[in-house]
Amino acid sequence: MSNTHADIIVDTTPEAKTAFFAELQTYVGLEIGAPTPAPDEINAPMIRHLVEAVGDKNPVYTNTELAKQSIHGGIVAPPTMLQAWVMNGIDGPARTGDGPYEQMNQLLFSRGFASVVGTNSEQTYVRYLRPGDQLTMRTVIDSISDEKTTGLGTGHFVSTRQDYYDAKNELVGSMLFRIFRFQPKAKAPATKPKVLRPRPATTHDNQWYFDGLNDGILYSQACAECAEVRFPTGPMCPTCHSLNWDKVEMPLSGTIHSFVIAHYPQVPSFEYPLPVLLVDIDPSLSHTDKPGNNKVRMIMNSADTDLDTLVVGARVRIEIRATDPDMKLPFAILDPTSNTGAAS
Amino acid sequence: MSINRPGNQLGGRASIVGIGATEFSKDSGRSEMSLASEAVAAAIADAGLKPSDIDGMVTYSTDNNPDVEIARHVGIGSLRHFSRVHYGGGAACGTIVMAAMAVATGVADAVVCYRAFNERSGRRFGAGVQDLPNAATAERAQFSWTTPAGQLTPASWVAMVARRYMHLYGATSADFGRVAVAGRRHAANNPAAWFYNDPITLEDHQASRWIVDPLHLLDCCQESDGGQALVVTSAERARDLPNTPALIVAGAQGAGVDQWTMTSFFRDDIAQLPEMKVVADELWTSSGLTPSDIQTAILYDHFTPYVLMQLEEFGFCGRGEAKDFIKDGALEIGGRLPINTHGGQLGEAYIHGMNGIAEAVRQVRGTSVNQVDKVENVLVTAGTGVPTSGLILGVDR
Repeated sequence: MSNTHADIIVDTTPEAKTAFFAELQTYVGLEIGAPTPAPDEINAPMIRHLVEAVGDKNPVYTNTELAKQSIHGGIVAPPTMLQAWVMNGIDGPARTGDGPYEQMNQLLFSRGFASVVGTNSEQTYVRYLRPGDQLTMRTVIDSISDEKTTGLGTGHFVSTRQDYYDAKNELVGSMLFRIFRFQPKAKAPATKPKVLRPRPATTHDNQWYFDGLNDGILYSQACAECAEVRFPTGPMCPTCHSLNWDKVEMPLSGTIHSFVIAHYPQVPSFEYPLPVLLVDIDPSLSHTDKPGNNKVRMIMNSADTDLDTLVVGARVRIEIRATDPDMKLPFAILDPTSNTGAAS
Repeated sequence: MSINRPGNQLGGRASIVGIGATEFSKDSGRSEMSLASEAVAAAIADAGLKPSDIDGMVTYSTDNNPDVEIARHVGIGSLRHFSRVHYGGGAACGTIVMAAMAVATGVADAVVCYRAFNERSGRRFGAGVQDLPNAATAERAQFSWTTPAGQLTPASWVAMVARRYMHLYGATSADFGRVAVAGRRHAANNPAAWFYNDPITLEDHQASRWIVDPLHLLDCCQESDGGQALVVTSAERARDLPNTPALIVAGAQGAGVDQWTMTSFFRDDIAQLPEMKVVADELWTSSGLTPSDIQTAILYDHFTPYVLMQLEEFGFCGRGEAKDFIKDGALEIGGRLPINTHGGQLGEAYIHGMNGIAEAVRQVRGTSVNQVDKVENVLVTAGTGVPTSGLILGVDR
């Protein structure tokens, strides 16, 4: 549970801190609210439910005959049930009002110590409780620490003490309950963890293309025997069946063959609307007039933000950009100097 | 033994004699195996056969329900033929082709074809490849040219072809919308359809949100949970069974030149479906029929633009002329060529085309909720953008 009041401005001089701490200490020893009677007297059914739930087989809690033979001379309640006897149910009344505890909290809030975390509790037992005991609980503010800084932030440990009395008003047990009222550490600006783009599935037949991009080069492929250009990449020349091939460096320019603008479904690694272009890459200079040299077509994103300007037939230049430290991809950028809206 | 090449001889050998489906939903609340078993058992019962009469089973390579397990659950005995057809929805009519080939050659006597899935409440098919792990295989690497740029889904792949088609032929989004309007009009009359009593207007289509521009939401078919099965046996035996047989007049599979799975972006002309042209040529040539012999068609409608392109590949109109062919409600009941009279996958359910084959059977039987008059031959197609398949089903005279 935390409650941040990041906009509170407080005086953080040593003098102000000392005065604040002194004021806090005036609450130590004050009783919180009226004494709280337990709704039920100590009773065998509740004892049995608890030991069944926690799996405690000690017969002194449930077996009348065996308990009589023990040093207790009869059934007793597990000591750790101390707090449970006086607890409100899930729907029980919450503490309300404007008592010392609420006033202390307001004082803490005013210094920005508005977050809270429970830290620990300690119980002390004076005697075993037996069926028929009727408890009443009284709560006091036991101690307030000086200013501490933990991994959570800076604040004060506040300990309350619940004292449990029997019908003769004799103390049977106590519980110290400690919380940390604090101002959370300033967080680093919220950054979404970067979800990387999908990696290409690679085999021997396409890995080198993506390696080329990472070297800043846009490749297609040509047969080493007949020089026919082909793309996407493959192991064999479909014309002469040679398994030998060369990389072909392609120019960083082309023409939009088609395009889409993806809106849905949205994958975390992309910004939407997401333009995806099918680009006819200009022919390579190394394989002029070779078959296939004018048929190299690639999918890429657009680096332009004005999606209304995308049109089939538009000329683009291509930049190879890093999308993350481990991947570079081609991006198309509309070339305004050569676009006349002509169809391809 | 002399060898001649008589061409596709499948026509007239086998008939579809049984159809069975589950409910079509968005969340079946049960296993895919439960859907498959129910659909298969229903199809066998509809055929007037016993489970022990079935000796062949065919499904898609992407189906999660092993044939032998369904056989155990349904009480089918030993099998003599089992095969699986690849390429998602492109397999639909291909399963019937496999079954008919098995029956025609005596490899099997009665074959059940099935498809069942929770592809809305389970793994969604619209997700494409975005959630599939990478692997160093050609099956996965074929998508590596598109996935790093965020082109991950079927809608994004189809949209790329649709844009080029619009650019070349002047088709508009509203032209695509007419396909959706027809499907939803037909679904509105079909109690089995998810969109029963829920027609749309062209304005609804145009106002629906972008999925991948130029595709609106209403250009994209549903994702559905459900199962559909069909029983194929010999044409001769079919005549002795209770239902009017749907004769397999022609059946074919097709992959085109420079074929990819959904991403055939590297062909000279991407605004065509050459794989469907292979199917069309086979169906027309082997049957001797022409488009004018078809009274109604089930055209695979996972995305509306491909319906226009299919009309062109089958020669119902010329290249780029589908936008004119479909005007004035031509695709709707009472029009020139009513299509997808069950509501299609846009309106009834997306069962990867199998529910469309069942509707073609109903048209031949004369039992469709949107029955077309004087049906003699029904064209059925399977998934587009992938290696595909098709059938002509007809009245056995």
